[in-house]
Amino acid sequence: MPDDDHSHNHEGSELSETALRVRALESLLIEKGYIDPAALDELIDLYETKVGPRNGARVVAKAWSDPDYMDWLDKDATAAIASLGFTGRQGEHMVAVRNTPETHNMVVCTLCSCYPWTVLGLPPVWYKSAPYRSRAVIDPRGVLADFGVELPQSTRVQVWDSTAEMRYLVIPMRPEGCEDWPEDKLADLVTRDSMIGTGLALPPAQVAA
Amino acid sequence: MNGAHDLGGMMGFGPVIAETDEPVFHTEWERRAFAVTLAMGALGEWNLDQSRHARETLPPPQYLTSSYFQIWLAGLVKLLEEHGLATSDELASGTVRQPARQTRKPQLKAAGVVSAMAKGGPVDRAAPADALYKPGDKIVTVNMHPSGHTRLARYLRGHKGEIASVHGCHVFPDSNAMGLGEDPHWLYSVKFSACELWGGSHRRDDYVFADLWEPYLIGR
Repeated sequence: MPDDDHSHNHEGSELSETALRVRALESLLIEKGYIDPAALDELIDLYETKVGPRNGARVVAKAWSDPDYMDWLDKDATAAIASLGFTGRQGEHMVAVRNTPETHNMVVCTLCSCYPWTVLGLPPVWYKSAPYRSRAVIDPRGVLADFGVELPQSTRVQVWDSTAEMRYLVIPMRPEGCEDWPEDKLADLVTRDSMIGTGLALPPAQVAA
Repeated sequence: MNGAHDLGGMMGFGPVIAETDEPVFHTEWERRAFAVTLAMGALGEWNLDQSRHARETLPPPQYLTSSYFQIWLAGLVKLLEEHGLATSDELASGTVRQPARQTRKPQLKAAGVVSAMAKGGPVDRAAPADALYKPGDKIVTVNMHPSGHTRLARYLRGHKGEIASVHGCHVFPDSNAMGLGEDPHWLYSVKFSACELWGGSHRRDDYVFADLWEPYLIGR
């Protein structure tokens, strides 16, 4: 599926048509009393400005800093993540998968776009796109190469296809050189992609400034 | 169903291209389509599995040439008609021709958005029977091609795997999506070797894990 119908450089007639259809649909459903326009604004604000990958970064930073918390994530990720206030839609049943030198984990939803909203927000276009959904399970190392990630041959790759309502958060490896960093600073090393498994945590030198 | 949504293992779509500093929404209509879909879902007229089924039954050429929010939009329009919340005439004209009908749940109000989203919709249920399998058990997935909804992706059918963990007893999408009730079944994390799924040129020690319900599995 092309991801570029909404790119900024060719807003053609098809796009205008979609925009008009959405506007007509919204006003019809408001007029019929099914939806409250103020609720739409609230939903947009929630997922555009409040729920996002900074939530997941806090979980990872805490897991790196606190072995008991990491154990809790292993045993009951839903409860461990809820303890930081991240609960609800598309995060009802959480699993944390931990990257190690031996094992690299990567998450996909081949059938639709299941993604842990509570900790990562809404998925990026590439995650929902046919190239990622088709290739992640058959050629994960090729997909990682698209992201500029090359793993040692000795590292095994585990791909988690989100076929049910379990949602996966990758706990990336903690980089070297940040041993004495506090949690809030550690969180700056944790990128969204590192929590999907298509990236690694940033090297400390990159954010130390 | 064997729809265009079932993409695992397909080839020819090209590289994965990530956008730098990607915004959450790219246009105003994406914002509105997203929020309208969630607000309509809150009325309880259909469940999540029915929304997925509405999207994946789009004709493959349409599915593959639509952006993700266009797929959401097309799925929503289908559900509105199927459930009698709007007629095709109303959807085409944008004008109300029929009075609204009572919905199962009340309109989602702005003040209720944050709590409704923080609550979500857990799908674990009381177990009607003991789980058949435990971690380490060897299984083979069924070979089936239902015309209705399933979460057993094509690339996972008829393959040998091993139970990695037991998640609990969850709503069964194959039933729930068809309006036939939740019919909860045990859900397992099942581990498949890459060479089992994709052939001998793939590594035996790379794995794919999928979450599969008991009716998808046969012990071996």
